[in-house]
Amino acid sequence: MTLSEVDLGPLWLTLRLAGVTVIVLLIIGTPLAWWLAHTRSRARTVVEAIVAMPLVLPPTVLGFYLLVLLGPHGWIGSASQAVTGSALSFTFTGLVIASALYSLPFVVQPLHGAFESIGRKPLEAAWSLRASKLDTFLSIASPMASRGYLTAIVLGFAHTLGEFGVVLMVGGNIPGRTKVLSIAIYDHVEALEYTQAHVLSAGLLVFSFLVLLMVYTVNRRLPIHVS
Amino acid sequence: MSELTARFEVVFPSFHLQVKASVPAEGITVVFGPSGCGKSTFLRCLAGLERSPTGFLALGEHVWQDETTHIFLPLSQRPVGYVFQEPRLFPHLSVQSNLLYGWKRIPESERRVSLDQVVAILGLDSLLERRATHLSGGEQQRVAIGRALLTSPRLLLMDEPLSSLDVQRKREIMTFIQRLDKEFRIPIIYVSHALHEVVQLARTLILLKEGSVVAIGPLAEVFSQVGSRRVIPDGHIGAIIDTRVAEHDLEYGLTTLNFSGGQLSVPHQNYCIGESLRVQILARDVSLIANPPAFQTSVLNVLVATVMEIGPIQAGQPFVDIKLDIGCPLLATITRKSLATLKLHPGQKVHAQIKAVALTHDSLE
Repeated sequence: MTLSEVDLGPLWLTLRLAGVTVIVLLIIGTPLAWWLAHTRSRARTVVEAIVAMPLVLPPTVLGFYLLVLLGPHGWIGSASQAVTGSALSFTFTGLVIASALYSLPFVVQPLHGAFESIGRKPLEAAWSLRASKLDTFLSIASPMASRGYLTAIVLGFAHTLGEFGVVLMVGGNIPGRTKVLSIAIYDHVEALEYTQAHVLSAGLLVFSFLVLLMVYTVNRRLPIHVS
Repeated sequence: MSELTARFEVVFPSFHLQVKASVPAEGITVVFGPSGCGKSTFLRCLAGLERSPTGFLALGEHVWQDETTHIFLPLSQRPVGYVFQEPRLFPHLSVQSNLLYGWKRIPESERRVSLDQVVAILGLDSLLERRATHLSGGEQQRVAIGRALLTSPRLLLMDEPLSSLDVQRKREIMTFIQRLDKEFRIPIIYVSHALHEVVQLARTLILLKEGSVVAIGPLAEVFSQVGSRRVIPDGHIGAIIDTRVAEHDLEYGLTTLNFSGGQLSVPHQNYCIGESLRVQILARDVSLIANPPAFQTSVLNVLVATVMEIGPIQAGQPFVDIKLDIGCPLLATITRKSLATLKLHPGQKVHAQIKAVALTHDSLE
């Protein structure tokens, strides 16, 4: 078997999944982390515990519940079926939802830490300089949290790349739709196709290394100059 | 003249702030008190960073908080400049971007202070391109003051802005703050627990103790009350007098200061004729003579005084404070025995011997 015969489809699907998941997580994780860093509500501890759950739960448990929820009889799946005509299990959207939940702590926790270490003091200073709350977040808090964002993006991305259990439960193994890299490698190994497994694994290895190298190079140059 | 009127009541588990104050919206008002008396909380209430559930705050006719009608402007909507205890510069911005951060956010029509002006008065010329984190403490605090000024505030709040600085920087920034008052005409509320800052800077004084106002009024008035002993630390009791340098006597190395009640001689001062100088005459440095001195005295400053008020006499306390009028109020601490010997009573004419005149800007420790 030659290199050209290796199906690179799972690689692109995985990158697309990880990219979309990170974007979704930044959109959800930013307000959540901000709330965790600044609220005095007692609900904070409970929310913190919930956010950390995917760290301790076996992926198959999470995947099982998601499969039930997102399937045609689950209330999210059935709602989706009513609106779009199909349930979410075994779809790319379903995979994004599952990955986002699974990687949530890897994005929320670094952001939470970054916002907490900024504290209220620079925010109060910005308010006293006529900046509204949103303006303060955009011009002060988020650039000051840039290292936290970098860590969140890297961890969220990397963690999504490597997931297996949740994806297998929710997405199944549909080539071109839900067959991601880790599952493809597993399949190849099962079928004793070591060359293909080598190509995909080495590809992921090199890619991960390059991404991390780039991130740490950028990180050294932070905090970036903005105005 | 417009006034700043504030009524706040804030209850914390450990203490209770209850302040009712009305001060002229002009010059520097110092809020003074020991640590934990609530002065910083008071300032945060003025800024809107703490919200008193029954609070009221108005600057002139502009109401910023009135809980009876549910008015509460957040800090970002109050024309207030806030200089915090630590500079709180934005670390990801250059000095210039820090300075212009607030300036950019106010409407053009409200910009009464320019970058050039601030850079000139605070001496920031060589710092503009630097990163905020690459400055010394004193430089950072100057940038913080400039940044607040550039929002053209109607009220400048300063929370112990000198506390993190060494003596040299303190002196420097203190001079800047005095110039601010004169050059920009922005009323300043200045929180301090250092008495030398009070006597040098204040025009109006608010004395706080355990969350309540114990004295409020023009500085000279508060310092010349016979009851001031209750609120002003020992060793600092005595009248504060604003003077002007009248002449220098080079032969004897003396400088004459004019004030509303006459003249004072002090050791030579390196100031130009006509410059204003604030001095304090400690009550313990004033002694009284009932009859004009027939004998000669080595004390230079002997002034005719009228006894105005005799302080409360406390059993077991050997001393008593006497308030005198020498054209302005003067306070003297004498023994109760002397009080009896001299048979002092209000309205009586005496001579006050002033043994020492302290220059307030020298008391910076």
